[in-house]
Amino acid sequence: MAFAQRHLLGLEGMPGEGIVALLDSAASFKEISERDIKKVPTLRGKTVINLFYESSTRTRTSFEIAAKRLSADTVNITSSSASTTKGETLVDTARNLEAMRPDAIVLRHPMSGAPQLLARHVTCPIINAGDGCHEHPTQALLDLLTIRERRGQIAGLTVAIVGDLLHSRVGRSNLHALRALGATVRLVGPPTLVPREFRALGAEIHTRLADGVRDADVIMMLRIQRERMGANYFPSLDEYSHYYCLTEEVVRLAKPQVIILHPGPMNRGLEISSAVADGPYSVIMNQVTNGVAVRMALLYLLVARNKAEQADSEAGGDVAVAASGKGARA
Amino acid sequence: MTERLRIANGMVVDPEARTMTRADVLIEDGAVAAVEAGELLEAEARVYDARSCWVVPGLVDMHVHLREPGYEYKETVATGAAAAVAGGFTSIACMANTNPVNDNAAVTRFIVEQAAAAKHARVYPIGAVSVGLKGERLAEIGEMRRAGIVAVSDDGMPLMDAALMRHALEYATMFDLLLIAHEEDACLRAGGVMNEGLTSVRLGLKGSPAAAEELMIARDIALVELTGGRLHVAHVSTARAVAMIREARARGLAVSAEATPHHLMLTEDAVADYDTNAKMAPPLRTQADVDALRAGLADGTIDAIATDHAPHHADEKECEFERAANGIVGLETALGLALRLVADGVLDVPTLIARLTTGPARLLGLPAGTLAVGAPADVAVIDPERRWRVAARSFKSKSRNTPFDGWELTGKAVATFVGGTLVYEDRPAAAPLRVAS
Repeated sequence: MAFAQRHLLGLEGMPGEGIVALLDSAASFKEISERDIKKVPTLRGKTVINLFYESSTRTRTSFEIAAKRLSADTVNITSSSASTTKGETLVDTARNLEAMRPDAIVLRHPMSGAPQLLARHVTCPIINAGDGCHEHPTQALLDLLTIRERRGQIAGLTVAIVGDLLHSRVGRSNLHALRALGATVRLVGPPTLVPREFRALGAEIHTRLADGVRDADVIMMLRIQRERMGANYFPSLDEYSHYYCLTEEVVRLAKPQVIILHPGPMNRGLEISSAVADGPYSVIMNQVTNGVAVRMALLYLLVARNKAEQADSEAGGDVAVAASGKGARA
Repeated sequence: MTERLRIANGMVVDPEARTMTRADVLIEDGAVAAVEAGELLEAEARVYDARSCWVVPGLVDMHVHLREPGYEYKETVATGAAAAVAGGFTSIACMANTNPVNDNAAVTRFIVEQAAAAKHARVYPIGAVSVGLKGERLAEIGEMRRAGIVAVSDDGMPLMDAALMRHALEYATMFDLLLIAHEEDACLRAGGVMNEGLTSVRLGLKGSPAAAEELMIARDIALVELTGGRLHVAHVSTARAVAMIREARARGLAVSAEATPHHLMLTEDAVADYDTNAKMAPPLRTQADVDALRAGLADGTIDAIATDHAPHHADEKECEFERAANGIVGLETALGLALRLVADGVLDVPTLIARLTTGPARLLGLPAGTLAVGAPADVAVIDPERRWRVAARSFKSKSRNTPFDGWELTGKAVATFVGGTLVYEDRPAAAPLRVAS
């Protein structure tokens, strides 16, 4: 199935075939990063702006490397240098960037829905790199790619997502995508951080960590935000850790071949023990590697291919574009 | 010489008697002189032909924000009053959250003067309960009363201090003033920007639970019992809140309520793709809440439809949802939306008109909402068949923040009279002005 979207704002509502197409494409891009010369000319002459209103090392670097390996020019605008500190609105910033004719904008923003707002004011593709407590679609895609590599397919798997689901954009994007691909999703955490409403989105809810991970194929740990303590979601980090830290003992309740993911950055000893994070089941570094491939695929699909299809349709010809990453390697 | 005007051939709606009668309204020197069967055309009377229209008492909106003084870029008393008459409203009561706050007689007098100069709808100021809307010290309610306030309210800022609320309710009885309460527990709301529920969870937006509103109403009903004060719940939004108010009234307590057109028409689904025109406080709720509000409006638990007309500049809405201002304009869409309730079979025409006239007028003690002989000749002529499309850009209001832009509505005020003077008219080109001498 072709990937027909103009932007990638979120995964909610995206059909399973669309997600599979993205994962297939991402898989084909992995090989580029294994080459001696890690660069293809696919996006030569294109400009990708990384607009980050929140600090981020992993995601921003991953997007930048992805764009550079496709030969795009990248510009990084981070919160410290963003005009917002001078009082400029997101809409004004968007209009100014638009006037410089970028080919894609990657947006990370602390407020939910900011990518939707940006998309209403620019014509170039927007890639959501995490908005508030809403979605983080590229993180979920790289998680799915990692799971699929290890398990062959997503359908039929039981995935436990553990932690602060209320505030987690990673959790939401994963829930939508995993459900679309036919996985069973368990959300695990204290009731203050796992709203019952998630049931209506197809999730099972567990309060006890042991119940949540029992016989699970995949355990996905979320980062616990220290600042949540101030709002009395839980009494102390120690107490949270007592009930929800993923230790080797807990992992033994899951299926023997369980894999463990974490979107990073990890709080070692808080939500995940070092023994587990660095242990044989951990695929955390594979996630990071796959992040580059997923973002390369997305940039290709949204920038290069959209442009190609546009040109084709303008020429009146049939749209015939090589599937996934083949075009990129030509 | 006596000035006479006859509004002829219309269907006169009497919200008190709950009747609709074909009759003429005869106006002399700005007051209603007679409501009588037609065909008594006097030579000296000018005639406004209201054929195929309803003739109703000028509508009353007990909850608007006019932004003057202080935020004139959003709205002024004059533009707000002009928007009012365009929507059929002839009396409006404006909230105190201006800058400076209307918490003293000088600001009250300023608003009264601006209203007199505006010459459109009658504008009645509502005074703050607490100084600066801070919820700490009582404002000079008596001084403001003498300057012309018709109620007190810290609207927008829930009164979290129960002891202050108790004293405010008690003190206001001295002037027989209504205390209009914005019922949301600020601690429980905790920065919520929409209704707490599946939609807020999906969108990753901080929710404000229905309980935040309900527990404040429960508290204040208890305080009415304690004090004998008069509590009016502004923009009630939840099903349980309606039930609590109904129960309090059944016990004979002086508890009244209003609902907004948007809470009667929309659910949290309107937030959809982070539409900031669906952001208000209290937030849009669920279909069950909408149904309960409609039932409460029909059975009289809810006395009034009030717009909570809240003008904001485009920049305050065209931004991130969490950052966006609360509220929407409502004066120019309220009637058309409210008429959908009649079309939906929720209530009949006289009852609807009562919620837009006698209900709020009585609560505030205004000389409005009636076409009784001797009453000020404030009249709205409504064409119930008129189909029109909401066009925010042609609003008389300075602001355009509405989720109803583009909606197709049926029924509209086509002429509005204040004190017998035609202050607004909207007739299709095919049927020009029909006031003839």
